[in-house]
Amino acid sequence: MASTNTVRKPSVKNLTIKVCVGTGGLAAGGQEVMNAFSRKLRALGIKADIAKKCVKKTGCRGCCSKDVLVDVRMNGNSATYQHISRNKVERIIQEHIIDGNIVKEWLVGPEYHAFHDRKIKILLKQCGEIDPEDIGDYTSSGGYKGLKKALSGNPSSVVNVIKKSGLRGRGGAGFPTGLKWEICSNEESGQKYIICNADEGDPGAFMDRSVIEGNPHSVIEGMIIGGYAIGAGRGYIYIRAEYPVAISRLRIALKQARKKGFLGKNIYKSGFDFDIRIKEGAGAFVCGEETALMASIEGQRGMPRSKPPFPAQKGLWGKPTIINNVETLSTIPHIISNGAKWFSSIGTKNNSGTKIFSITGKINNTGLIEVPMGISLREVVYDIGGGCPQNRELKAVQTGGPSGGCIPASLIDMPLDYDSLSSVGSMMGSGGMVVMDDTTCMVDMAKFFLEFTQNESCGKCLPCRVGNKRLYERLKKITEGRGKKGDIEFLLSLADDIKITSLCGLGQTAPNPVLSTIKYFRNEYEAHIFEGRCPAGVCEALRQYIVKAEVCKMCGKCFKECPAEAIAWEKKQPAVIDKGKCIKCGRCFEVCPFSAIK
Amino acid sequence: MSNKKIKIILNGVKTACDKDDTVFNAAKKAGVFIPTLCHDMRLEPYGACRMCSVEVKGVSRLLPACSTPVSEGMDVRTESRTVKRVRKRLVSLLLSNHPNDCMRCETSGACKLQNLAYEYKVDGMEYGGERWKLPIRQANPFIVYEPNKCIVCGRCVRICNEIVMAGTIDFTGRGFNTVPDTAFRVARTLSICEFCGQCVSTCPTGALTDKKARGKGRVHEMKRVKTTCSYCGTGCSFYLNVKDDKVVRVSSDFFGPVNQGDLCVKGRYGYDFIHSRDRIKTPLVKRGDKFVKTSWDRAFAIIASNFEKIIKRHGSDSVGAFSSSRCTNEENFLLAKFVRTVFKTNNVDNCARV
Repeated sequence: MASTNTVRKPSVKNLTIKVCVGTGGLAAGGQEVMNAFSRKLRALGIKADIAKKCVKKTGCRGCCSKDVLVDVRMNGNSATYQHISRNKVERIIQEHIIDGNIVKEWLVGPEYHAFHDRKIKILLKQCGEIDPEDIGDYTSSGGYKGLKKALSGNPSSVVNVIKKSGLRGRGGAGFPTGLKWEICSNEESGQKYIICNADEGDPGAFMDRSVIEGNPHSVIEGMIIGGYAIGAGRGYIYIRAEYPVAISRLRIALKQARKKGFLGKNIYKSGFDFDIRIKEGAGAFVCGEETALMASIEGQRGMPRSKPPFPAQKGLWGKPTIINNVETLSTIPHIISNGAKWFSSIGTKNNSGTKIFSITGKINNTGLIEVPMGISLREVVYDIGGGCPQNRELKAVQTGGPSGGCIPASLIDMPLDYDSLSSVGSMMGSGGMVVMDDTTCMVDMAKFFLEFTQNESCGKCLPCRVGNKRLYERLKKITEGRGKKGDIEFLLSLADDIKITSLCGLGQTAPNPVLSTIKYFRNEYEAHIFEGRCPAGVCEALRQYIVKAEVCKMCGKCFKECPAEAIAWEKKQPAVIDKGKCIKCGRCFEVCPFSAIK
Repeated sequence: MSNKKIKIILNGVKTACDKDDTVFNAAKKAGVFIPTLCHDMRLEPYGACRMCSVEVKGVSRLLPACSTPVSEGMDVRTESRTVKRVRKRLVSLLLSNHPNDCMRCETSGACKLQNLAYEYKVDGMEYGGERWKLPIRQANPFIVYEPNKCIVCGRCVRICNEIVMAGTIDFTGRGFNTVPDTAFRVARTLSICEFCGQCVSTCPTGALTDKKARGKGRVHEMKRVKTTCSYCGTGCSFYLNVKDDKVVRVSSDFFGPVNQGDLCVKGRYGYDFIHSRDRIKTPLVKRGDKFVKTSWDRAFAIIASNFEKIIKRHGSDSVGAFSSSRCTNEENFLLAKFVRTVFKTNNVDNCARV
C-alpha cells in the first residue's frame, strides 16, 4: 500500500512521452511541457539521462488547434492528450503513468481523430512520430533507405521512376517533376544545382514549415536523390528567415547527415559527392518564384527574369538547376522506396499521390491535413474540418493563397486536384486553404489579397507594379462605398490585361481573387456599388446601424454611449439612430444588452 | 552565334531569321517596328515594360518580343487587337503615375513615353489613385534625378551594373514604391558614382537629365554635330548639341563604331573648355618673355624652319615627337608617320605608353 508521503517510482522501461514542439506546439508552450515532464520524472527518482530518453520531441501533427499534444505510450498502450500545459503534467504522471489510469477528460476528441487518423499518409506519417533532431529516429523508421536504393541504380532509372510515378510539383504549378529532372539531366554541364524552395510565403500556408520542422531528413534525402538523378554536386535550401525553428532543425539534420556519410564525398560508396547549403531568404514573397529565388541566392535583388531559358537549362549562376518544393522533395524517398506503381495508385489519374493542405479561416478544426489527390472539397471542409464555427453557412473556400481564386460553396463537391482547381479559376498553389463563411465580405477578401500581392510585387514589370496597385485602389474605393457604375467592368478588363502581360507567376495570378470573386459573387460587388451596402456587414463605411424597434427594451444605454449624439431616445420610446449624424463607430452595437441594434 | 536560319511567320508573312534571334531583333531586321521602353541594344534583354508584348499563336499570354527567342514556325502578330489594347493599357498605366508636365520637361520631344502616349492617345486619367510625390535629387554637379518621372524600366540600373559596373544605383522599395536610387538614398558622390552619365543617356523619359544642360534648350532646337572625343585615344564619337552657336550638351551616338553610345565623365560632361574664356584659340609665338598671337601659317613656318635648322646641325636623331593620348588613333598614326618619313628618326612616343 502506498502511503501518501512516498510516491511510487514509475516503471519507465516502456514509457515514451511525445510532446509536439512544432512552431504551433512551441507557441502553445511545448518546450515548457517537455521540461516539466523531465523535471517531474527526475523528481520521482528517475535518472536524468533516462528521463531525457523517455520524453521525446516531435514535429507538427497538423492538428494545431489542439496544441500542446502529448502522446503517452506505456507497455504498448498509447493515449493522446490535448491542450496540455505545464500545470497539467503532474496529474498525467500521477494518474496515468504511476496509477495506470488514463486522464479521460484531457484526451483528444473526435476532431483530432478526424484530422489525424487518415488512412493514407505519406509525408506527415513520420512528422508527429519521430524526433526531428535525431537522425537515428529517422533511419530506424526507414529513412535513407530510398537513397541507398537510388544510388544502387543509375541516375536515369531514378528519373524514370519519378516520371512513372506521375509526381507533379507541389509548389503550385504542378509541372511533372520527372520531366523537369529529365530535361535537366540531359543538359551537359560540369556543374548543376538542385534547390529546395522552402520560401513558403502564402498567407495561411504552413505545410513546408511543418514538414521541415517535423522531418527535416526527408527533405535532405529527397534532395540527395534528386542531385544524383540530375548530376548535381551541390544543393541549396532556400528557406525564409522567418522560420527559425525549421532552420535550426535543418542545420542539425545536415550536420548529422554529414557525420553519417549521407552527405559529402562518396555517398554509400557510389562515388557520388553531394552537399547542401542553407540560404536564408530576407522576407520577400516574390522570392518563391524560381528565377527570383536564384537571383536572391546569387546575392542580387530578388526579381524574376523572363523564361526561357528555363532554370533546368540555365539556372543558378548560368548552370542547369532544378528547383523543387519541400513537399515534392520529401515525397521522393517514399516513391523510390515503395515504387512508382504504389505512388500512382494513390490519388487520381494525372494527379497521383497525396497533398498537404493547411486549412485556416472560418472553420472549426484548423491545421494541416494530408489527403489523397482528388478528394472532394466537401470531405475536407466538413468531415475533416468540421464545418464553420457556430454552424454558420459556408460561403467559399480560397485555395492557392493570394494567387488562387475562391471556390463558391455551390462547387463544394468538386475534387481537389490541379486540373479541376484551375478549371474553376483557382489553383492548387502550395496548398493553403482559407475557409470563409457568410460573415466574410468577398470584395473585402479580394482587397485583402490584392493588398498583399501589390505590396509584395518586386516592381519589375509594369502591369504588376502599377496595374495591381490600381486594382487594389479601385477595390478599396468600392469597400469604402465610393464605387461607381462601370467599376466591375473596369476591374475585369484591367485584371485580364494584367494576367496576360505580367512577367512572372506573381503578376499573372495576382488578379485571380478579383476575377473569381466577380465570377461567383458579382451580386456582392453590385450591392456595394449600387445599393451602398455590404451584405456580410464587414465593410465599415457601408455599415448601417439600425435599432430593431421590436427588440429594443428602451433602456437608453445606446443613447448614453453614443459619442456623436446620433441617437434619439426618450423613456418608454425605442431609440432611433440618425444616419446623418452616425459615425459608424459601432459603440451602440457593442453596448446593447439585447442585441437590438443591427 | 550560329548562322542557321529558321522561319517564323511575322504578321502573316514568312520571315527568315537567325536561330539565336529574339522576336524583337527578327522583327527589326524585317522592318517591323515594335515599341519598347525598357530595351536598350547595349543591354541584356529585360522584359520589364511589356510594351513589346506580342501575340504568339498557341500561347494564351502575350510574350515580350525583347526576351523571347524565335523558334521554327512561330506565328507572331505584333499589331493584333489584343496587342494594341494591351499597349494602350500599359501606356495609360504609366501615365497614371507620371507628372504629365511635358510643357516644362527637359526631355519633351525626345521622350519615348510622350511619343507612345501620342501614338496611343491616352492620358491615364481614368485610374485616379496614388501618384509619387518624391523629391528631386540633384545634390551633385552633373545629374538631376526626378523620380516622379521615372517609369522603372531599369535601364539606368542595368547600364550602371552591366556596362559601367559601378553599381551606383539599384532598385529600392517594393511594389508600387519600387524606384531606382542609390543605396540608402544618399546623394551621389565621387566615391559611389563615376558621373559618366550613362544612366542619363539611356533614360527614356525626363527622369534623368544632364544638370548643365537644363534650361538651355530642347531637342528640336538643337543642331547635332557629330564629333570624336578629344580626351583620349579611344576615339569615342558623340554629338555636340549646339544651340545659338553654343555647345550646351553632349549626347550619345548609339551607332558610334567604337563606343556605341557609351561615354565617360570627360566625354560627356567635360565640354566647358569649348566656351572657356581662357581657351587658346590661335597659335602663340614667344617674343622675349611674352606669347604673341599669330596665324597658323606663320606658326607652321616658324616650326618647320627651326626643325630644319636643328636637323641640319645635329642630325635626325636630335629631334623627336611626343604625342598626346588625347589625340585620336589616326592622329597618332599620322604623327608617327610624319616623324619617321620627314624627320627620318624613330624618336616618337605617346604618353599613353608610360
